[in-house]
Amino acid sequence: MSIINNINKAFDHRIRLGIMSILMVNDYADFNMLKELLGATDGNLASHTKALEKEAYVKVEKQFIGRKPNTRYSATPLGKAAFQKHIDALEKLIGR
Amino acid sequence: MDSSKYLDDISEIKNMMSRSSRFISLSGLSGILAGIYALIGAYIAYLILYPSDWKFDSYQDIQMALLAVATAVALLAIITAALLTFRKAKKSGESIWNTSSKRLLANFLIPLLTGGIFVLLLIRLEYWIMIAPSTLIFYGMACLNASKYTLRDVRYLGITVIILGLLSAYFTGYGLFFWAAGFGVCHILYGSLMHFKYDRK
Repeated sequence: MSIINNINKAFDHRIRLGIMSILMVNDYADFNMLKELLGATDGNLASHTKALEKEAYVKVEKQFIGRKPNTRYSATPLGKAAFQKHIDALEKLIGR
Repeated sequence: MDSSKYLDDISEIKNMMSRSSRFISLSGLSGILAGIYALIGAYIAYLILYPSDWKFDSYQDIQMALLAVATAVALLAIITAALLTFRKAKKSGESIWNTSSKRLLANFLIPLLTGGIFVLLLIRLEYWIMIAPSTLIFYGMACLNASKYTLRDVRYLGITVIILGLLSAYFTGYGLFFWAAGFGVCHILYGSLMHFKYDRK
C-alpha cells in the first residue's frame, strides 16, 4: 500500500514523465528542445508544463535571446525529490 | 494497474534521460574508417621518413610532404565522420544539430584546439620529438572530455590514447608507430566495438 502511495499522479502521463526525465539530467531545457525530444505539439507541451509548474515541480523562466522570446524550464528541488520518489516506487513495483 | 505499464514508464525515463543529455548517433563505422585512413597515412609517412625509393631533396620537402599527409588524413576522417553520423542521426530520427550535439562538439573541440595550438608552438621551437606524444595526449583528452556527452565507449578510447601518448613520450623516436597504434589501431578497435554494439540493430 505504501509503495502505491509513492506513485505520483502528476507524473502519470508520457509527456510529463518525459519532461521530468529530461530536467533531471539537464540543468535546464528550452521549449523547443522539449518539443523536439518528446515529439509533442506546442499546445500539448504547454499544458503539461503548466501542470508541472502548478505543482511547483518545474520553474519557468522567460527571457529574450536577441529579439526572440525564449522559455526555459528547470526542475525545482521539490520536483527532483518527488520524481526520484516516483522512480523508486516504479522500480519497486516491477520488482527490482 | 499492471506492471507492464510501470516497465514502459521506466524505459521511457531512461530513454529520455540519455537522449536529452547524450548525442548517441555517433557512427562506429566512421571510427573504423578513420583508423584505416590513419594506417594508410602512417604507411605513406613511413615511406617518406625511412629509406625507400622515395627521395626528397631537402628536409623542408619532407616536412611539407608529412604535413600534407597528416592534413589529408584528418580531413578525410572528419568528412567521413560527419557524413556517417548525419546518416545515422537521420535514420534514428535524432536531429543532428541539437543541444546534445552542440555540447558534444564544444567539449571535444576545446581540448583538441588547445592541443593543435600547442603542437604548432612545438613545431615553431622544433621540438619534433614531442609532437607525436602531444597529438596523442591532447586527442585522448578531447575524447575523454567529449565522452560525457556521447556513447561511453569514447571514454575508453580516450584513456587508451592518453596512455599511448605517455608511452610515446618515454620511448622517443618511435612516434610514428605510436601514432599508427593510437589513431589507427585504436580507432578501428573501438569503432568496431561501437559498430557491433549500437549500429547493427
